[in-house]
Amino acid sequence: MTSASKVTAYERVRAARSGNRPMGGYYISRMIDDFVELHGDRRYGDDGAIVGGIGFLGDTPVTVIAMERGSDIADRMKRHFGCPSPEGYRKALRLMKEAEKFRRPIICFIGSSGAYPGIGAEERGQGEAIAENLFEMMGIKVPIISVIVGEGGSGGALALGVCDTAIMFENAIYSVISPEGCATILWKDAAKAAMAADVLRLTSHDLYGYEVVEEVIKEENRTQDEVCSELKKVLVSEISKKQKLPGKQLLDERYNKFRKIGSM
Amino acid sequence: MEILKKLGISKSEENAIPKTPCKKCGTEIQNSELYENLCICPECGEYLRMSAKARINATADQGSFEELYADLASKNIIDFPEYDEKLEKAKKTSGLTEGVVCGKCTIDGNKCAMFVMDSNFMMGSMGTIVGEKITRLFELAAKEDLPVVGFCTSGGARMQEGILSLMQMAKVSGAAKRHSESGNLYIAILTDPTTGGVTASFAMQGDIIIAEPGALIGFAGQRVIEQTTGEKLPNGFQRAEFLLEHGFIDMIEERPRMKYTVGKLLSIHKKKNTAKVKGA
Repeated sequence: MTSASKVTAYERVRAARSGNRPMGGYYISRMIDDFVELHGDRRYGDDGAIVGGIGFLGDTPVTVIAMERGSDIADRMKRHFGCPSPEGYRKALRLMKEAEKFRRPIICFIGSSGAYPGIGAEERGQGEAIAENLFEMMGIKVPIISVIVGEGGSGGALALGVCDTAIMFENAIYSVISPEGCATILWKDAAKAAMAADVLRLTSHDLYGYEVVEEVIKEENRTQDEVCSELKKVLVSEISKKQKLPGKQLLDERYNKFRKIGSM
Repeated sequence: MEILKKLGISKSEENAIPKTPCKKCGTEIQNSELYENLCICPECGEYLRMSAKARINATADQGSFEELYADLASKNIIDFPEYDEKLEKAKKTSGLTEGVVCGKCTIDGNKCAMFVMDSNFMMGSMGTIVGEKITRLFELAAKEDLPVVGFCTSGGARMQEGILSLMQMAKVSGAAKRHSESGNLYIAILTDPTTGGVTASFAMQGDIIIAEPGALIGFAGQRVIEQTTGEKLPNGFQRAEFLLEHGFIDMIEERPRMKYTVGKLLSIHKKKNTAKVKGA
């Protein structure tokens, strides 16, 4: 973590948002064998901003849920640029409960500027969908590992972030509000986003320090292959560690991971 | 004007205090009158925002409220600019140490744990202390086998505590989940405004969710939605009536009937020690 001071927080924000940055779908293709995508929330629709499915991580069957912004512009429009609708969060929860039934560990990939702010999304209970995930994920009796690969935007990101181990890419960010939103409120000037990025403490180094994330995957001076192989190694090791825990202990530790944040 | 007697303020002294204007019709309302009228405008019936103290006074049986965790106060934990000043100002204007008041009380004779958020303290935003106090209350209620009654009002997670505020959504959700698993009731009451991270966590996790008429309840801010979609928002968008129509709340209740309704719901859920189902 020695290089932390050389790169500014806003440079990390830009890196996390970069159009070329690989998102959830890429990591599925790189490390999950025999991936089968499963669609729909069985309630209303299928949200392209969240991809879900099953496959193998090494020898272990896993459920994978990933935020995905898409490739070309048409695909990105369809997926709301990776901003999930309530149906996406409900699909995620459906697949998590299915994972629990079949005792499969769950891997969540987080990379989204936030939940989609739309009229329909509000009509169909965006807040309720996120709330339900936070509530239910505290009780899912299989390991949940969340990986923040890009922008972790507020509650819409946290809805896949109630986990046993949070892994964060070095150039990912995770924040309560976008730097632009923060700058607008603080200084009435979205252009001061770089300053806001600093004060929000949203880098992987900050979050590791606050014990919000347990692992940081280094990116500097590394090829994609090296990054993927490192991530896979950490995933395999965390899943195997968490799988050994009795159900109650797993849930107690998950509860305490969040319980201790800001406790007196 | 019993409230004046209680506070030891004479009528003429009260006249010197600025009146509160109704946000709808603009009528200048004497504060004592407003307080006794549950912060409803006597002219046009508009619901004005209620402080936590006024809410507790209107809900808990007289003298029954015992406050908990009152000594917990926020600090500028991530060294955020202008936060110390904001906290000081919020303390002064609200008369509170944080944006939520927690305690135990009875409501029409029914014991419960209660939290009441206050929009006068930084718009009821949720930082680590708000999260901690509500979490402790759910944990206590689970341990003592008590229902939780929660009055929500909030602009969402508190920006000034960064990611640590965001994590309170998960923390409180965990405590609400454990309280639920203990077999106890949680009634969430959504008042104007309940938005952002509070809507996306404990406000929407009640077994029973009640809203006040006209309350703004939603996740995303209206301006953000307009700017993102370029669409005109429908009439009554994100209001209590809109949520009822779309199936996200159980009921809308008038403020003067709220205590009665909450008391009734609590009494229906009252646990009997000798509860044995006949023929079971």
